[in-house]
Amino acid sequence: MANEKREPGFATLAIHAGAQPDPTTGARATPIYQTTSFVFDDVDHAASLFALQTFGNIYTRITNPTNAVLEERVAALEGGTAALAVASGHAAQVNVFQTLLTPGDEIIASKKLYGGSINQLNHAFKSFGWNVVWADPDDIGSFERAVTKNTKVIFVESIANPGGIITDLEAISAVAKKAGVPFVVDNTLASPYLCNPFKHGADIIVHSATKYLGGHGNSIAGVIVDGGSFNWTASGRYPMLSEPRPEYAGIKIHETFGNFAFAIACRVLGLRDLGAALSPFNAFLILTGIETLPLRMRRHCDNTLKVAEYLKNHPKVSWVSYAGLPTDKYHSLAQKYCPKGAGAILTFGLKGGYEAGIKLVSEVQLFSHLANIGDTRSLIIHPASTTHRQLTDEQKIQAGAGPDVVRLSIGLEDIEDIIADLDQAMG
Amino acid sequence: MNHDHYDDSYIRGILNTVKNIAIVGASANESRPSLFVTKYLSERGYNVFPINPGRGGELTGGLKTYARLADVPERIDMVDAFRRSEDIPKVLDEVLALPSRPMVFWMQQGICNDEAAAKAEAAGMKVVMNRCPKIEYGRLSGEIGWVGVNSRTISSKRQQRILGGVQRLRLNKE
Repeated sequence: MANEKREPGFATLAIHAGAQPDPTTGARATPIYQTTSFVFDDVDHAASLFALQTFGNIYTRITNPTNAVLEERVAALEGGTAALAVASGHAAQVNVFQTLLTPGDEIIASKKLYGGSINQLNHAFKSFGWNVVWADPDDIGSFERAVTKNTKVIFVESIANPGGIITDLEAISAVAKKAGVPFVVDNTLASPYLCNPFKHGADIIVHSATKYLGGHGNSIAGVIVDGGSFNWTASGRYPMLSEPRPEYAGIKIHETFGNFAFAIACRVLGLRDLGAALSPFNAFLILTGIETLPLRMRRHCDNTLKVAEYLKNHPKVSWVSYAGLPTDKYHSLAQKYCPKGAGAILTFGLKGGYEAGIKLVSEVQLFSHLANIGDTRSLIIHPASTTHRQLTDEQKIQAGAGPDVVRLSIGLEDIEDIIADLDQAMG
Repeated sequence: MNHDHYDDSYIRGILNTVKNIAIVGASANESRPSLFVTKYLSERGYNVFPINPGRGGELTGGLKTYARLADVPERIDMVDAFRRSEDIPKVLDEVLALPSRPMVFWMQQGICNDEAAAKAEAAGMKVVMNRCPKIEYGRLSGEIGWVGVNSRTISSKRQQRILGGVQRLRLNKE
């Protein structure tokens, strides 16, 4: 832009970052490059691409121009140096941890993560020899005490699902810095519109773009964002980044790619070998969603606060957990970390317990009973009988998914219709 | 000038003006970033002169290598130094001794030397330090976005292909 001192605002980046008109056709919207492969200019060009000596496209498992626009867009919105889009949020997590860990290493993770992530860490990751040590985001000391010589990474969610917990990112970042390990933050529920983890000490951000980034409940996708802040070479404990790579003529990823080395390592080592590539069509749908992210997040938060206030006064409701409520335990953390709104997920307890939860999800007419969040539509779930049913009772309660808990993901409908539906269903 | 930050227009101005670039410390080793930069800039239309004291007359990325800056037979517009920060003053002395003064003295990413920067500026040269011309070219042309890197630029202007290739882009003039 002409005036260099002006940094583009969030809404401008949400529409423009990463997307210039197509050099060949002039197409203004980002084209869907639905192709597996890309021709080389010549043999030397091919050799340079395979050796990571130049920028360009070889094969859609590793790079694709549609996906690249999504990557740059999210990197810009988060204030990161680079990003990588993959097939799902879970794929993003596998990719991040595989780049950081070797068998025998430890992850310190918040015990209040999304239930699907708890499963991933407890089962799949343990089978890779990556050991998980759980810590409590309400007790920063539990993170400090969990650090051992094998700790390689600390992992939390900025807003935790479904408990409505706002994580004290700066306090946990300080633990990570002292331990000399990267701090990975899942920013899915907040989206970069509500929370900027890189400003609070995160080194890497992961997203399930399926949720608010896409926002329309139509595509599964994940994104990894590199904050460019971590020194991968200093300790020698992250050999995928600091040591010569035999398959790339001995280059060292950190030395060669500097402050975007982590995103490149996740792509040219992780994604190349693990293979969870994102379809360009899904990347296009997520990108289209991102263009309206600021508008949607504002409306999501406005609607959710009104639902929280309604439920708080409902005689059949025993408690409401939503950090946007001034009386909420996490309200002051929400004002610090997500001042524009506390997100659109809320949980509440029904005095009638498990049975009342089952009844509510059966009788709603506008809310959809399903296992997703971050849709234009309002969604409802009873975690104890669905997403969290694989956890033990103790784990369910720790994750904020006890038998009386109902989780709502508030959509963009008229607030009067959302409340009327809850009203009729609760009777 | 302040070398903590460069306006995009400053870097774009340099990369749109220079034609002949000498790369001091260019290696022929396939794992060295100096080779990638040498090849990349050459493929984007610059005349690149690799400088390496032990390899005069040999090829670096297909280009003839010169042992010393003074051996380059043409006028040099820009010198890009792949040398340690403490060795920069010696490189600059060789630059200042050239019969025709280059327009730009560029120190690679990770390389900083404030005294040398001030001296080069006093001698009339534009200075860039702690930056990589390959990354800056890739950023300002939009190529770097192909690998998901945040170019920190937005534009409603069409990207410009370099004629003769499908996967190479030009810099816009403004």
